[in-house]
Amino acid sequence: MAGLADGLPPETLQIAYLLAGVLFILGLQRLTHPRTAARGNLISASGMVLAVGATVLWFEILSPLVLAAALLVGAAIGTWLATTVETTDMPQLVGLFNGFGGGASALVAGAELVDQVGTAGTASDLSVTVTAAAGVTGLVGAVTFCGSLVAAGKLHGVLEDPIRYSGENVVKAVTLLAAVVVGVALVTQSPRFGPLQLGAFATPYWVLLALASILGVLLVVPIGGADMPVVIALLNACSGLAAASTGFVLDNSVLIIAGTLVGASGIILTVIMCRSMNRSLRNVLFSEYGGASAAAGRDGTDVYEGRVKSTSPEEVVLLLETARRVVIVPGYGMAVGQAQHAVAELANLLEADGIEVVFAIHPVAGRMPGHMNVLLAEANIPYEQMQELSAVNPTFSQTDLVLVTGANDVVNPTAYSGEESPIAGMPVLNVWEAETVVVNKRSLSPGYAGIPNPLFAGDNTLMLFGDARECMQALVNEYKQTRS
Amino acid sequence: MAFVEHLTLFVLAAFLGYELITKIPATLHTPLISGTNAISGITLIGSVLVAGSGNTTLATVLGFFAVVLATINVVGGYLISQKMLKSFGRRRGD
Repeated sequence: MAGLADGLPPETLQIAYLLAGVLFILGLQRLTHPRTAARGNLISASGMVLAVGATVLWFEILSPLVLAAALLVGAAIGTWLATTVETTDMPQLVGLFNGFGGGASALVAGAELVDQVGTAGTASDLSVTVTAAAGVTGLVGAVTFCGSLVAAGKLHGVLEDPIRYSGENVVKAVTLLAAVVVGVALVTQSPRFGPLQLGAFATPYWVLLALASILGVLLVVPIGGADMPVVIALLNACSGLAAASTGFVLDNSVLIIAGTLVGASGIILTVIMCRSMNRSLRNVLFSEYGGASAAAGRDGTDVYEGRVKSTSPEEVVLLLETARRVVIVPGYGMAVGQAQHAVAELANLLEADGIEVVFAIHPVAGRMPGHMNVLLAEANIPYEQMQELSAVNPTFSQTDLVLVTGANDVVNPTAYSGEESPIAGMPVLNVWEAETVVVNKRSLSPGYAGIPNPLFAGDNTLMLFGDARECMQALVNEYKQTRS
Repeated sequence: MAFVEHLTLFVLAAFLGYELITKIPATLHTPLISGTNAISGITLIGSVLVAGSGNTTLATVLGFFAVVLATINVVGGYLISQKMLKSFGRRRGD
């Protein structure tokens, strides 16, 4: 059937797939260092071009115009979304793309089932492997699709508040159980499946898809914005696993290799994110984090009253001028205020005057793993200047000034003291060990964990109230004035 | 290929993935997510196959939508990673 591939041995396509797999692996390898990472991404992308191109050429299936149209439409939408997105909107876009991958996998498995049912005619052509793998693909793919849509909506501020109701875990469990039962029905009928039941065969798959879609929504709806790094990482893993199980359905090795690599990546990131918050995945997905303590009315008056000192940009600039080492701690507030460029400008000014400036980045700051690093890189902060928690924590005692902008829970000392605190045991940045701490925040309102932060009332803490960008810009202007 | 061979591939790829990913620094975790996300768009191959086989109309329609979704994922994912990674390679003042 192959025209362009005429005369080539049938192994050619498999070799092309193998090469594509190797290119994906090499691409991931290059991601271990920022200098080689961009090249790695190109290597990985060329693997994708090779795999897709080989498939199209080998089977000569671009002939239906619809297919070419589908590729063009997808490529146009993908290009448009990726090129117009602001750095601050990247988490939701990445979340959305994740969902599309999972959704595509679920559709492919369904289409393949329909195809096999429509053309095979006999039961023997549908193996348990195919139906079981299709069931897994449908379940994981649809959960990924709908879960990602909700996650992207939350990150975009459309569905900001977690939606909670009593017995939600029971509802989720029942939905999952129902999906599994339908999945089992899909698998068990395949070996004794006769030609007369052909039409009935695919039905369980679509029921499974519907249940999994509902489950995806139910799973993500109750989760708050600050837990999104975990959710995004987990959905990333799911989209990969969906692709891998599609490989089992279609008898295709490159799908299994590539999908599994993605699955492994997502799971590792999920574990890292959970560890950074000292919480289990079960706790993130199924518990009422933050809500309970916030509702208990701990508004922090007993912690803050009479102890909070607010400051002004003028005063902060005086402190900056005498500092030798400054550590800047960015948080989600910096992303929301789009303050990264002002922060970078301030860092540049300080460095030009011989002040050492370091950025301390908590793993779960922001809305996706490594979110702060991307924002700072966009503002041209060199990656050597961004330090992880374990590297920067021992250095706070030799730091003259810490400037916290838009971060809250990740600099809360109660992580070490209060055992009843929702963040007890969470690794945090020990900013209070520095000579002086300036916290830029709009108000004393609690962060995601819903608890007051004693740091704000600390003896060496000054509060710089206001929007992150306005405050940082004020610092830049003031610093320039006093310098000139 | 037999199921066991596929399973072997899956298990080996999982170990390889673990080795590769654990070496990637936290700084690059966002590009890692969007890059691997683009890789998960490999399901595009499956989409092309089912959309192009033209065996049944329903499968072709489903395949068409799968191709659109997967292509958005692949193209958008790689572009967005490239955009982020370029800013990481950049030096201040460039």
